[in-house]
Amino acid sequence: MRVTLFITCFNDTLFPETGRAMVHLLERLGHQIHFPLEQTCCGQMHFNTGYQREAVALVRHFVTVFGDAEVVVAPSASCVAMVRDLYPMAADLARDPTLKAQVAALAPKVFELSEFLVNVLGVEDVGAYYPHRVTYHPTCHSLRMLHVGDAPLRLLRAVRGIDLVPLPDAAECCGFGGTFAIKNADTSMAMLGDKLSSVLSTHAEVCAAADNSCLMHIGGALHRQRAGVRTIHLAEILASTEEAAGL
Amino acid sequence: MPESQRNIQQKHDMFRGQQSTLIQTHSIGVIPPFQDGARIALENTQLRRNLHKATQTIRAKRAAVVDEMPDWEPLREAGRALKQRVLRHLDDYLLELEASVQRAGGQVHWARDADEANRIITDLVRGYGAKQVVKVKSITTDEVHLNNSLQSIGVEVTETDLAELIIQLADERSSHILVPAIHKNRAEIRELFIRKFGLEELSDSPKELAEAARLHLRRKFLSAEVGISGANFAVAETGTVCVVESEGNGRMCTTLPPVLITLMGIEKVVPSMDDLGVFMQLLPRSSTGERMNPYNSLWTGVTRGDGPQHFHLVLLDNGRTRVLADEIGRQTLYCIRCSACLNVCPVYSRTGGHAYHSVYPGPIGAILTPQLVGVENAPSLPYASSLCGACYEVCPVKINIPEVLIHLRGEVVRHQQDHDGLRGRADPENVAMKTLAYLFADPARYERAQKLGRVGQWPLARGGSIQWLPGALAGWTAMRDLKPMPKQTFREWWRTTRG
Amino acid sequence: MSTGKEAILSSIRAALRDVPAAEKPSDVPVSRDYLKHSETPREELVFLFMERVAEYKATVRRVSEEALRAAITEACHMRGVGRLVVPPDLPQEWEPESVELLRDEGLSHEQLDRSDGVLTGCALGIAQTGTIVLDGGEVQGRRAITLLPDYHLCVVREEQIVGLVPEAFAHLAYTVGEGGRPITLISGPSATSDIELSRVEGVHGPRTLEVLVVG
Repeated sequence: MRVTLFITCFNDTLFPETGRAMVHLLERLGHQIHFPLEQTCCGQMHFNTGYQREAVALVRHFVTVFGDAEVVVAPSASCVAMVRDLYPMAADLARDPTLKAQVAALAPKVFELSEFLVNVLGVEDVGAYYPHRVTYHPTCHSLRMLHVGDAPLRLLRAVRGIDLVPLPDAAECCGFGGTFAIKNADTSMAMLGDKLSSVLSTHAEVCAAADNSCLMHIGGALHRQRAGVRTIHLAEILASTEEAAGL
Repeated sequence: MPESQRNIQQKHDMFRGQQSTLIQTHSIGVIPPFQDGARIALENTQLRRNLHKATQTIRAKRAAVVDEMPDWEPLREAGRALKQRVLRHLDDYLLELEASVQRAGGQVHWARDADEANRIITDLVRGYGAKQVVKVKSITTDEVHLNNSLQSIGVEVTETDLAELIIQLADERSSHILVPAIHKNRAEIRELFIRKFGLEELSDSPKELAEAARLHLRRKFLSAEVGISGANFAVAETGTVCVVESEGNGRMCTTLPPVLITLMGIEKVVPSMDDLGVFMQLLPRSSTGERMNPYNSLWTGVTRGDGPQHFHLVLLDNGRTRVLADEIGRQTLYCIRCSACLNVCPVYSRTGGHAYHSVYPGPIGAILTPQLVGVENAPSLPYASSLCGACYEVCPVKINIPEVLIHLRGEVVRHQQDHDGLRGRADPENVAMKTLAYLFADPARYERAQKLGRVGQWPLARGGSIQWLPGALAGWTAMRDLKPMPKQTFREWWRTTRG
Repeated sequence: MSTGKEAILSSIRAALRDVPAAEKPSDVPVSRDYLKHSETPREELVFLFMERVAEYKATVRRVSEEALRAAITEACHMRGVGRLVVPPDLPQEWEPESVELLRDEGLSHEQLDRSDGVLTGCALGIAQTGTIVLDGGEVQGRRAITLLPDYHLCVVREEQIVGLVPEAFAHLAYTVGEGGRPITLISGPSATSDIELSRVEGVHGPRTLEVLVVG
């Protein structure tokens, strides 16, 4: 399958290793990867913070860049949720029926990585090897907006060498929430504190998720505490093999 | 018939058919920022403990009784659709309700705002010559501050729901839709009762505390001349009003006093008794986590020989038509006040209700309050959420709270940009967001910004991490390190390896 | 001067500009795919009803028609009920022995408050939720009599038990249409969870609910 990669601005700039892992993983599974260099940002931060007129230009740009793709896959549940759930609202706001139609045509072709692997490709064992004790945090947008269900866990369970430990109160929000973490820093920290307690109670070495934004938040605090737990994107675990551990 | 009731009968005839007078909407101040209230609440360890215990308990109870329902999703969908139907034809349904209530011997009044509702109700109470009023827990009466109005004309108002009584005795504000005193624990309540009831001995067992309230209130129920309630539902077709409760105080207030006054938001109307049956399955399971709450009272006007012989239904707008006018925000009026969204909310369950500075706290409050009072008067509330979506998942009438929150954030920003002049436009966040949007709209500008960012961050990076950020971003580094931007972006790697 | 009513109705109509003028309420689709009738056999419904009533910490017992009077007498004696309020139309065959009956022909609230208990029938029982429905009909009396006494002994006939809430509301629609009699749904004794969400049975309504299922 010809897979068009939407890397997201956040991962492009701050977490390129996640993008590289996606490329390796999908190529290993025999797919042809296409990465349009014109892509920038889906507009989620702007839209969710209220700068919606400003986001409309980014929506238009996204639709232009990805409109012709066969399938678009991204390593971020929240950016995919933006396209699927909120682009129609943005098109309404712009009072642009053409944009609305373009969005309606594009949205069903945009997938988050784990749902693409499990629900579209029907793959659970991607041939990965990752000999570490891992706990998985299901991010809110993957769980409650995209409804990816247990797709990420099915993929992780099939990884060889992994010691997968369940995260207590897994479905609780970590407190990131985009600009929420800045605007409501105190509440965000209170939520994060509880998430850290859950992560630490698992005695895992690695905390994984399908969104680097939540992981930056959780990982930033784990690093500050020198907790001895690192965070990693699901894609990087799935890309790891015995031959090329770590990439 | 006792003297006081005979007077009431005479006065009643005088008031029949009286029209309410015009009252201007009074201006509403800006609600204090959520962040400020949250900061104070988060420091209160006792509150945190009380809230955690209570919200976890009720979450589990709700989940158990919802999971046993094989038709929960169809019920939710029917509830949502019924509310949509009612709201799209609200004028017709209200007129039908009015006619049904009148036919059944009740009187209907219309109140545009809080002042008008208070005026109507105080005039009625005064007209009946009543000195004592007993109240069923009603958030709508709290919304209009009815108790203050009644007290100002010398009427003794007694809240009869245990939690509302606790709040009234402590002179505090409610912090939860269902359990207003959720922020107080048994020891705090014991001390309050000892002080207020003049008791010498009282244990802190909930059973004994409830018994103390029973004794205190029984006399009030028997002597009050007027009962005041809210309404969970009112059936347009029949004029039947429904109050849902647990303690029996609702039955007391709606049965014993000779006069009953009900204040109800205009959105609470449902078409038929069959439709009420849908909501009577959704509400108890979502709210108290019971298959059915202990008592539901349904009355249709007045019934000879049974209960109050005078019934007044006051229909309240107070900003609701403003909510109705917003096509995205309209769904907020589907709310049946179950409070399931509060209990699952990670923000509410840590800050409690007071931080929301409204009688409607939690996720539903974060969307309802700004719409009732205008987003410019509550600009922080739509941001009091991490958009985690737990509220939408449990809502029994499928209000897409995250969607409305995002919509209202847009309203807040648009209002600031369009009405706050230079100050609004020069706001640092506005400038930053506009700049980023400009950069992101074009790939060449975007790439230049990536490179500049890598250069710009060097004064901040220490030993492989950023531990301090300036200004508004300091909230991030208060608890979290930040990974600096790596040397190579993904697109740079792609160009070198695949380009 | 415009009245509140006119002003509110015109605000509503202005707010609903997007609703086409020709749209009728029935044009807004409402799917009713929820369960409306229980397929459960009657005998199981009775058991379910009893089980769920008991879960509210009410006492529930099954008695035969012939044993009803004795069961009522026994329940009163067990509870130490000396003065029992009864609705005016209480069947003679329900009257317990050696208990003073206060037939409600206009008892004052104070008299009700000083009684030891009340005996009534009901309109319906709902198995799904363990709910008793009173609608002011036969052997139920007015609302105050089941509210002020501290003990409520309620007789439910097997054939009065329905499976699901929608079945009960279909019946209630009829009651309300008949003459607007007030309805009370009772699920266990009064209760509160207002203190730390810990449930306490018995606040203002009867603190004890006892149910006799007949048949």
